[in-house]
Amino acid sequence: MSILKSRKLIHDHNHDGIDRRGFLECMAWAGTGVFCVMSGGVLKSFSMSDFGNAKRWSSKGELIFAQISDSHMGFNKPANPDVTATLQAAVDKLNALPEVPEFLLHTGDVSHLSRPDEFDNVDQVLKSAKTKDVFYVPGEHDVIDDDGRGFRERYGKDTKGAGWYSFDKKGVHFIGLVNVMNLKAGGLGTLGAEQLAWMADDVKSLKSSTPIVVFAHIPLWSVYPEWGWGTDDAAQALGLLKKFGSVSVLNGHIHQTLQKVEGNVTFHTAMSTAFPQPHPGTAPSPGPLKVPADQLRSLLGITDVTYVQGQQALAVVDSTLSEGAENS
Amino acid sequence: MNFQMHRFVSWVVAVMLATFAAMMFAAANTQALQAAQSAQTPAAVEVKIDNFSFAPVEISVSAGTTVTWTNRDDIPHTVVSTDKVFKSKVLDTDDKYSYTFTKPGTYPYFCSVHPKMTGTVVVK
Repeated sequence: MSILKSRKLIHDHNHDGIDRRGFLECMAWAGTGVFCVMSGGVLKSFSMSDFGNAKRWSSKGELIFAQISDSHMGFNKPANPDVTATLQAAVDKLNALPEVPEFLLHTGDVSHLSRPDEFDNVDQVLKSAKTKDVFYVPGEHDVIDDDGRGFRERYGKDTKGAGWYSFDKKGVHFIGLVNVMNLKAGGLGTLGAEQLAWMADDVKSLKSSTPIVVFAHIPLWSVYPEWGWGTDDAAQALGLLKKFGSVSVLNGHIHQTLQKVEGNVTFHTAMSTAFPQPHPGTAPSPGPLKVPADQLRSLLGITDVTYVQGQQALAVVDSTLSEGAENS
Repeated sequence: MNFQMHRFVSWVVAVMLATFAAMMFAAANTQALQAAQSAQTPAAVEVKIDNFSFAPVEISVSAGTTVTWTNRDDIPHTVVSTDKVFKSKVLDTDDKYSYTFTKPGTYPYFCSVHPKMTGTVVVK
């Protein structure tokens, strides 16, 4: 089953069917993926039947990286009693890509209960990845009971504050943010004044033509605040990125893919490698979606991102763990 | 037995009956009072965590009451006082956390992992 939905066009100045001032939303759900190309702040999305486009972008790409998320090592309940096996399947899928990603982003909830043995298991599985560099940001499940000290000792040695940092790869500026610490009763994800001040300083001297990729665990846009799927001070962070022509925001947390474009910013959430969660508002709570065993892997997956230098474009391809499996 | 004697005996019996009845009533009353008091000050109160919410979401207890939270979700939660009075370790499925409230007051709390989950304990 695949659903691809787009809101009605409100502003179509170029008469090309693309709403640049409004937004387009697409969703990959159950057994398929969505291929998105961003160029100058405009998202074009195709279903996986257009997968050839993704391959073309991939072959032209000068920077290819991949996102994995929400491995929840330690979870052992329905619908996935073996999250180690599905994380391994995700790594196998990454290893089978036509080009090896230069690095991986893990957008948090590496573990289920912040336990050292859970982190050990993830590290063990990721050793089998052809890609050796992994950049992490913590999810709320990674900072339970110890305010993220164990997580930072393992994955965040060169980070600032609660674990935020930035780095550059082939002209693209990456910013890893932490929005799962010091959460307030009744609130959403939080970045905090200290992190925002650091971020303002971090981007101050960058040229406005620099492509920016921001990655954090909880979505930096209001997906569904009733379930805590948003970040209270995200608008302040995005405000700091107004001068940039190309901003991509990669998140996890909601265990399903959603995309949205607002002006020059493309938002994207990744699937989990562990268990799916319900679509916003379709269940009493965001607890694990219990699906039949033969459907599970069609709801888990990875995200493959290609950047083509000089074109200000990122191609974002989501693929599930079940795709291609029937051919192998 | 003459008439006067009969009246006296009747009076004595009546007084005895009345006294007995009064004693019984008082005893019953005491039991009722104790029952009412124990309803107001139970030793323990349970709060369940289901579907990312605390139930009952607000409870009112007497000082000295122990409140026990049980996580019945497939996802871990915590019970953390907003004013830093009490704080549980992470509660996995079916794990419990108890705290005994000794001082009257209002104690708001939340799950530090899912801060949309909030609850209140009022201690009288």
